[in-house]
Amino acid sequence: MNDIVMILPEITLLGFACAVLLLDAFVGRRIPQAAFWCAMIGGLVVLAQLASYVPESAKFGFAGTFRLDVVGTVLKSFMVVLVLLSFFYAREYFAKREMPHGEHYSLAMFATLGMMLLVSANSLLTIYLGLELLSLSMYSMVATQRDSVIASEAAMKYFVLGALASGMLLYGMSFLYGVTGTLDLSELLIKVSVAEDKRLLLTFALVFLLVGISFKLGIVPFHMWVPDVYQGAATPVTQFIGSAPKLAAFGMAMRLLVDGLWGLAEDWQQMLVILSVLSMGVGNILAIAQTNLKRMLAYSTIAHMGYLLLGMLSATASGYAASMFYITVYALMSMGAFGLIILLGSRTSEADELSDLAGLARRSPWFAFIMLILMFSMAGVPPFAGFWAKWFVLKEVVQANYVWLAAVAVMFSLIGAFYYLRVIKLMYFDEPLRSQAVEASQDLKLVLSVNGLAVLALGLAPSALMSVCVSATLPYLPW
Amino acid sequence: MQLDLPILSICIWLPILGGLWVIFAGSKMGEGAVRAQALVISVAVFLVSMLLYQGFDASTADMQFAERMTWIEAFKVEYHIGVDGIALPLILLTTFITIIVIGAGWEVIEDRANQYMGAFLILEGLMVGVFSALDALLFYVFWEAMLIPMFLIIGIWGGPKRVYATIKFFLYTFLGSVLMLVALLYLYRQTGSFDLAEMQSVALTATEQQYIFIAFLLAFAVKVPMWPVHTWLPDAHVEAPTGGSVVLAAIMLKMGGYGFIRFSLPITPDAAHSLDSFMIALSLIAVVYIGFVALVQQDMKKLIAYSSISHMGFVTLGLFIMFDIYAATGNWQDAAMGIEGAMVQMISHGFISGAMFLCVGVLYDRLHSRQVNDYGGVVNTMPKFAAFMLLFSMANAGLPATSGFVGEFIVILSAYKASFWYAFLASTTLILGAAYTLWMYKRVVFGEVRNPKVATLTDLNGREALILGTLAVMVLLFGIWPAPLLDMMHVSVEHLVEQVAQSKLSVARL
Repeated sequence: MNDIVMILPEITLLGFACAVLLLDAFVGRRIPQAAFWCAMIGGLVVLAQLASYVPESAKFGFAGTFRLDVVGTVLKSFMVVLVLLSFFYAREYFAKREMPHGEHYSLAMFATLGMMLLVSANSLLTIYLGLELLSLSMYSMVATQRDSVIASEAAMKYFVLGALASGMLLYGMSFLYGVTGTLDLSELLIKVSVAEDKRLLLTFALVFLLVGISFKLGIVPFHMWVPDVYQGAATPVTQFIGSAPKLAAFGMAMRLLVDGLWGLAEDWQQMLVILSVLSMGVGNILAIAQTNLKRMLAYSTIAHMGYLLLGMLSATASGYAASMFYITVYALMSMGAFGLIILLGSRTSEADELSDLAGLARRSPWFAFIMLILMFSMAGVPPFAGFWAKWFVLKEVVQANYVWLAAVAVMFSLIGAFYYLRVIKLMYFDEPLRSQAVEASQDLKLVLSVNGLAVLALGLAPSALMSVCVSATLPYLPW
Repeated sequence: MQLDLPILSICIWLPILGGLWVIFAGSKMGEGAVRAQALVISVAVFLVSMLLYQGFDASTADMQFAERMTWIEAFKVEYHIGVDGIALPLILLTTFITIIVIGAGWEVIEDRANQYMGAFLILEGLMVGVFSALDALLFYVFWEAMLIPMFLIIGIWGGPKRVYATIKFFLYTFLGSVLMLVALLYLYRQTGSFDLAEMQSVALTATEQQYIFIAFLLAFAVKVPMWPVHTWLPDAHVEAPTGGSVVLAAIMLKMGGYGFIRFSLPITPDAAHSLDSFMIALSLIAVVYIGFVALVQQDMKKLIAYSSISHMGFVTLGLFIMFDIYAATGNWQDAAMGIEGAMVQMISHGFISGAMFLCVGVLYDRLHSRQVNDYGGVVNTMPKFAAFMLLFSMANAGLPATSGFVGEFIVILSAYKASFWYAFLASTTLILGAAYTLWMYKRVVFGEVRNPKVATLTDLNGREALILGTLAVMVLLFGIWPAPLLDMMHVSVEHLVEQVAQSKLSVARL
């Protein structure tokens, strides 16, 4: 297969990202919507290209640095869908505040390009390339609100910590290269499993790689940036960071740990157990103390990433499927929750305090209901998608003989249920502080409704998405 | 003649869809239309559930009206429902009580009446789902989903401390259920399926069984509720609106008992056997100690809540005494009696506690107080009400010829077969129950008119009289002639006892 054909979706995306940039610069004043529609069309074209060719077995290109397989293609498709969905929310947010927003789309598209490279990487260098493209775009997205003090602080913090994490990752990669003499993940896979005598050095490298992965996912103790960035960034940027890049980080973890370092599975399993318990604990407990909704959702993300690891650490094909299912469902839920903040916000207020939700059931029964779905789903209560996500990872943990870990996980989800319930309490049991109805454009209302109902629909009929995840990870079965 | 309709599915989904309709379409309709539609839906569901009764074959323990579809292909999760003689009475109770609850909220609920009615209808569908699920995961989904409408009902329409009460209710129940989920996942690992029948027949070692039993115990004991995890119940009952209290007491508590019957006993029979004295001790503590606690309550709803816990102690006593009976008499037939007593007690308590909460609701609607001290001499102004409440109080105290007597009597009788002292302790409830119920009745209904407001009370209106009258008929009917109920469940209970009698250990060792 021709290298260029393999990477066609990425090339298309790059082309459209540049077009968006140019359109915004030259006709953005006259036709403010041009950038948005160009980005949408670009996304749909990429999606069509991705869907048109799903390889049966892994294919390699560009001298083995690029890898095209089912997991990658499925993850890429999910990411593009999520990014397109987030554009609708972003447009409303910026339009309400009459802010220019062309660069948001182009930066988001560059970030998406980074994500797509990341999940199709077959070389340590490609991983680093994708990661940096993604990260640099996100740092600038956070910083676009340059007048806002907290946004600048968030961007700075994100950048400094992100750079540190990248450094750690590179350090780990250099050790891997030193021990095995290769950057290629497929070769690494073989060399690591036979390099019994260099086990200590390899484990040492693994620790640094895990630091990088944990930072990207926002896992305790590398979570410090998450609350500040989530709170400080403009809501659509937060929403973006909380959705597709999480899938990319999961993809990166899969590439590094499973495709590359399977030989060290026993070691990273143990490390992931610790990271997972810490994340679930710290995330769920600290979320209780928050009064800012975005910050609360940030801690909730940290907790959710702990659950995500439960699937991976079972180190089986269906365990990866569970994690993949979890991260997809999580991205959808988090997108909806931030979407509600965008819906409630107005020109003068971000509406990101918990108290802004008070009495929402009276102001807007329908969107209170949507938020109710999202919160119960995040808490893991059936019949919503979040329950199946938790169920799936717990099932894998139990199958992998970590029954105690499953018990710990459900106990933390009990603690987590409290702060989700508090949101519902505010919406349904309290009296509204303001009485005006919720104002938003029709298409935002439609997108948010679809987003919320999708969580319900996936809860009632999770079978299809589960099958997709299971069949995507099927190639890992013999391991 | 058997129509080829998925009757059971209709009983689950008609109220859920109807409830959603009432909530979302009802916001634009008048309150009258909302109530009328809710009533029509609940009556329709009841009539459909009567088809189950009509077509039910009591001579077999097989699951009837079964429906089976693949739900999640990859992991053999199925939408598998069906009823036997144990589930059917509880389903009928659910559809019946829901009509009562819709009627009880008729004029009382003015704020967001469409959401109130809708929530109860959705709750009804989910509860029927719990009683008919034959797939463990489906059971769990219904079991947990049920918390959502109840959480909202207490939180939106409840009393002053409703937020505290409803969050406590939710977290307590959630605590129990999540561990049950882990246990179910462990069983899935052993069987490769969530099918309840396979879980019941899988071999398990003694240690495995004990862990699973304890995980189930937490889930079901919270729901029953058993001492010492009962503390959410008085709070939830006191703060819930009348309809919420009725559903909680009449149906939700039964789910704990049902869970023991469906899960704990058949899946972990040996653990149930080895831990039975522990369970009996907890049950007797509930019966005796909580009976004393009920005696000192000043709040009528709290008093009835504690009386519920005490009565539910009989249910768990009846369920777990079978091993001792078998040890004493060597006859599993005798052991089945305890379970039948527990079942009768559950159904009867559904009617009586529901009626008692409705009685308190009637008073509360008029005077906005639940304190015993605020009343006195109610009989002077509300003679009809006094007559109904007397009947229900007597039934609560276990007077013969009311349904309250039948269940308690059967359980005491079977307890006597196991040990005199069990029967002795259990019998104290007849004294304690009479004491706290009738003392409350005396203070509220008889005596001087202590509060000038009591003098202005109006007697039952037609709607209230109809609701209480229907319940009175049921209480008397099952008190005088419990045979239909016993016949319906007899074969299924015997089948259950056979399952429990079969130790899983010998198979596990092979």
